[in-house]
Amino acid sequence: MAEEPQTTLEGRVWTFGRDVDTDLIIAARYLTMKEPEELAEHLMEDQDPEFPRKVQPGDILVAQENFGCGSSREHAPIAIKGAGVQAVIAKSFARIFYRNAFNTGLPILVSGEAADRIREGDRIRADLAAGTIENLTRNESYQAEPLPEFMRDLVSAGGLLPYLKTREQR
Amino acid sequence: MGMTITEKILARAAGREWVAPGDLIMARVDFCLGNDITAPVAIDEFEKAGFERVFDAERIALIPDHFTPCKDIKTAMLVKQMREFARRHEIVHYYDVGRVGVEHALLPELGLVGPGDVVIGADSHTCTYGALGAFATGVGSTDLAGAMATGEVWFRVPASLRFVFEGELQPYVGGKDLILHTIGEIGVDGALYRAMEFTGPVIETLSMDNRQTMANMAIEAGAKNGIIAPDRITREYIEGRFRREPRYYESDADAAYESEYRWRGEDIPLLVAKPHLPSNVARADELADTRIDQVVIGSCTNGRIEDLRAAAEVLRGQKVAGDVRCIVIPATQAIYQQAMDEGLVDVFLAAEAVFSAPTCGPCLGGHMGVLAEGERAVSTTNRNFVGRMGHVKSEVYLAGPYVAAASAVAGHVATPDQIQTRRAA
Repeated sequence: MAEEPQTTLEGRVWTFGRDVDTDLIIAARYLTMKEPEELAEHLMEDQDPEFPRKVQPGDILVAQENFGCGSSREHAPIAIKGAGVQAVIAKSFARIFYRNAFNTGLPILVSGEAADRIREGDRIRADLAAGTIENLTRNESYQAEPLPEFMRDLVSAGGLLPYLKTREQR
Repeated sequence: MGMTITEKILARAAGREWVAPGDLIMARVDFCLGNDITAPVAIDEFEKAGFERVFDAERIALIPDHFTPCKDIKTAMLVKQMREFARRHEIVHYYDVGRVGVEHALLPELGLVGPGDVVIGADSHTCTYGALGAFATGVGSTDLAGAMATGEVWFRVPASLRFVFEGELQPYVGGKDLILHTIGEIGVDGALYRAMEFTGPVIETLSMDNRQTMANMAIEAGAKNGIIAPDRITREYIEGRFRREPRYYESDADAAYESEYRWRGEDIPLLVAKPHLPSNVARADELADTRIDQVVIGSCTNGRIEDLRAAAEVLRGQKVAGDVRCIVIPATQAIYQQAMDEGLVDVFLAAEAVFSAPTCGPCLGGHMGVLAEGERAVSTTNRNFVGRMGHVKSEVYLAGPYVAAASAVAGHVATPDQIQTRRAA
């Protein structure tokens, strides 16, 4: 039985706009790499060359619509996780990024309210299981869309491959 | 209530009579693929999870197309990892330099994917095969690892959007203009999580190469898949080519669509997508002030034989403008050979364009034509994001092959009519 993943996260926020594409998250010139720490050194570099040095383990990204659009590269969630980012909250996610995040165990939440209200530098606490987001800086709270049961199963199995492995053994 | 073609294929693959949008299903995969960027990560995950066997060595393609011929030591190591995995698991469809082509041109050409299939690829442009009446969608490396091991993949059944193209197309207007028009109208997330079904009189007469261009860019509207119901053109294309039994599906007359869009071919001009989103669409004939440094004609979007014929038609007897570099890349070895047989390569060389080995190279700023700071390209590829083809301060204008070739001659964004007027003058 896989260990229950940690469901409450707390961290400082970096905000992003809409249509953040995977080339922006990790540029194609770095796709010759695949190690998380190596990729993390170039996270969001084309948006802000200093970002890889500014982002700290435990931070949380908050974005507008269509986060992760474009390429299917799993290097995008890998780079985000490699930088120690705990979760991404967005108004909406591009579909391949959404799959990749669940499959690789990067927690993500969909909340338009949170994306509208949270400002850069805010400290927030998110309960992944309940889908609640507390803004500790502004004393507000927001609700995220609940996860379908299947996605919760994926998360509690520890990602796609452990989940498939369990099915195989049945 | 009936089902759409997408729903029928997914129901079949899930072993169900019926599916509806929103259903979460486990589907059998008919074919899966990965490339030199995504497959190495999938292989790592496959091995880390302790899988020992692939589900079917004949239904997996490993295609090192993005950086090959390998541009540096790191890419050579990635391809070596793929090659060794392919040998170890006796993967039938591993194609190396001399046989490899751009994956989404190569697989249909070799008859590895066809009507009624469920195909997943660890590459976002896997949706290309929807042109053949398949359900085909891009996934990440972990999904590919799972499919290689089990032959299964999870999906949420997408709602469908219907795009009806009526009337006839204007001269030179093709699949690229149709899909740029569509993305321009609905936006880069206008089809998020949805199936895009293309139909109508314009589609019925559209060639398979042009259909592949359209389905290829469904992802640029956020779609899960793009699809065109198989017809006479599909049957002619797969005859003597497709290696399995085709399964022909079409949408029921009473199938449910979330929305329907209707456009007339006559109203769609030659288009480009300006930086930095594929939805930033403008008329190609109104951008003569936009000077360019490079033109790329190729890729999984527009590197097929008809695209090369279109480019050659414009470049015949012309020269690429003095301050422009024009790079023509056939998507596969067979297209390369065909272009030689038809004398197209002579046209490109006489026009002072370069004709390269098949590779994805410049499309993603990989190699074979990377842009410097401040440079601007017209490209027949599919993405014009910030830094996509090189320096973060370079720019990409997406276009079809006619506009790309005309722009190479003019030295600015142009249509074939504009350069012919100049020739006559």
